[in-house]
Amino acid sequence: MPDARITREEVRHLADLARIDLDDAELDHLAPQLSVILESVASIAGVAGDDVPPTSHPLPLTNVFRADVVEPGLTPEQALGGAPETEQQRFSVPRILGDEQ
Amino acid sequence: MSDTLVAWDDVLAAYDPALGLEVHVELNTASKMFCGCATEFGAEPNTQVCPTCLGLPGAMPVVNATAVESAIRIGLALNCDIAEWCRFARKNYFYPDMPKNFQTSQYDEPICFDGYLDVAVPTEDGGTETVRVEIERAHMEEDTGKSLHVGGATGRIHGADHSLVDYNRAGIPLIEIVTRPVMGTRSRAPHVAKAYVAALREILLGLGVSDVRMEQGSLRCDVNLSLAPKDEGGLGTRTETKNVNSLRSVERAVRYEMQRHAAVLGAGGSILQETRHWHEDTGVTTSGREKSDAEDYRYFPEPDLVPVAPSREWVEELRATLPEPPAVRRARLREVWGFSELEMRDTENAGALGVVEETVAAGASPQAARKWWLGELARAANDSGKDIAALGVAPADVARVQALVDEGTLNDKLARQVIDGLVAGEGTPDEVVAARGLAVVSDEGALSAAVDAAIEANPDVADKIRAGKHAAAGALIGAVMKEMRGQADAARVRELVLEKLA
Repeated sequence: MPDARITREEVRHLADLARIDLDDAELDHLAPQLSVILESVASIAGVAGDDVPPTSHPLPLTNVFRADVVEPGLTPEQALGGAPETEQQRFSVPRILGDEQ
Repeated sequence: MSDTLVAWDDVLAAYDPALGLEVHVELNTASKMFCGCATEFGAEPNTQVCPTCLGLPGAMPVVNATAVESAIRIGLALNCDIAEWCRFARKNYFYPDMPKNFQTSQYDEPICFDGYLDVAVPTEDGGTETVRVEIERAHMEEDTGKSLHVGGATGRIHGADHSLVDYNRAGIPLIEIVTRPVMGTRSRAPHVAKAYVAALREILLGLGVSDVRMEQGSLRCDVNLSLAPKDEGGLGTRTETKNVNSLRSVERAVRYEMQRHAAVLGAGGSILQETRHWHEDTGVTTSGREKSDAEDYRYFPEPDLVPVAPSREWVEELRATLPEPPAVRRARLREVWGFSELEMRDTENAGALGVVEETVAAGASPQAARKWWLGELARAANDSGKDIAALGVAPADVARVQALVDEGTLNDKLARQVIDGLVAGEGTPDEVVAARGLAVVSDEGALSAAVDAAIEANPDVADKIRAGKHAAAGALIGAVMKEMRGQADAARVRELVLEKLA
């Protein structure tokens, strides 16, 4: 069975990427728990034989397409209806730190 | 806080550049990549959005068939292999212009891979040289929304107070085309980069899959560049310059980064692997963010979409729809027409390749077709500020003018007047000839009389010609042409003069 343990540093890195602010006590608490979860999931690898390929989708389908046809979407009022702030028919967001991707 | 730059020749003396180009092409499908929202450029903000492209909970994406078709056609035009089976992947990052907090893209299973594009790069001696640019991959993804930064002095992100986002563009199909590192281009690196983007643009235009308007962002270019010590091979640390949105800027950005890298390296520093932003107005790059490792995006297969598995039959059907590649067409026409490289390039630059081709098809010789389109007609197009092809002059009419010259009905001067008539919309060449009374005088008796009169009026000149000075004939020919108001065949007049004074 593959080693599924996750280190405290890996958890810290993932938390950073996910914008979750974890303090040291939380990292101490979470890292071992996540390791247990990963090990449990990894046990599936022991069940699957060589004849079972890994899949990313439960259905054996390919090429599900739609025709290139315009369909009505939302009105701007509907689209912006749930936004905390709007301005000039746009979503208003706080100052962006960092750079565009 | 401007960068130190090293003089161009000094960069080349010490370093070899490696180029890499990433081009994003917005497809011109009617609807978005994963939903049925419209894709019109310039629509009112947030009028072309739905739960799917806004990333609302529970919304499910479905792939646009035409976008896949366009992706495959682009791949085939770039000599790529087409994957038999591939998936979409989520590229995870947080940014307000991407409402789902991930971009649906492709990761290690691009739909097109291992291609190349042969690019004609101008050389210093006026010729061209073919450089093969290898294509690593072309994959499908979706565009992001557009942010408007408010409160900053210049509309830029720095100093902005808050930002306003329009998601009309979010979800428009994009194809990202990535080259392998292009090595060994040395001083030509800026030209190779520009020529590659220009050639790619031409191919995409020919395929009809995109508007390829760089100024509107439907074709966007990121320039990767690194320098390595000269002749040592290997790759230095690269920077990725974004926002390079004109052909001229591609060339300038490469040159600028080469000069900037050389200054940093020459001073004993090292290049930071980072994103840089190109500024069209000032012609410089500025530092963006440090480039994340690919792992930081935590790509994983998109669970809401099933794999794309183009059948080989479908791929071959699409291959059959490809137009003749621009470079192949150019080479074929040059060969058939017997044009020099310079003649070919002038014809291309005048935008006259198509009309010359049609004029030749209508019976004119390639040289005659080129002469009219690049001479009188190019001047007329220039004067009226029109494209040569939009001048309203039919290639078949130009071929007819040349036929009238070849059969002796028109001389060169009269033919130019007929062309003027065509530009002015006076009808067909034959109608212009009739209406303006332009045909040459073919009445031998009238010509002969005019020649006799000219000899009589210029006895000194006649004596010189009798004495063997044939160069003096010009004066008599001129007198005859004047008498005939230009409507005579000058070559025939010359023959008559020399016959009579032999």
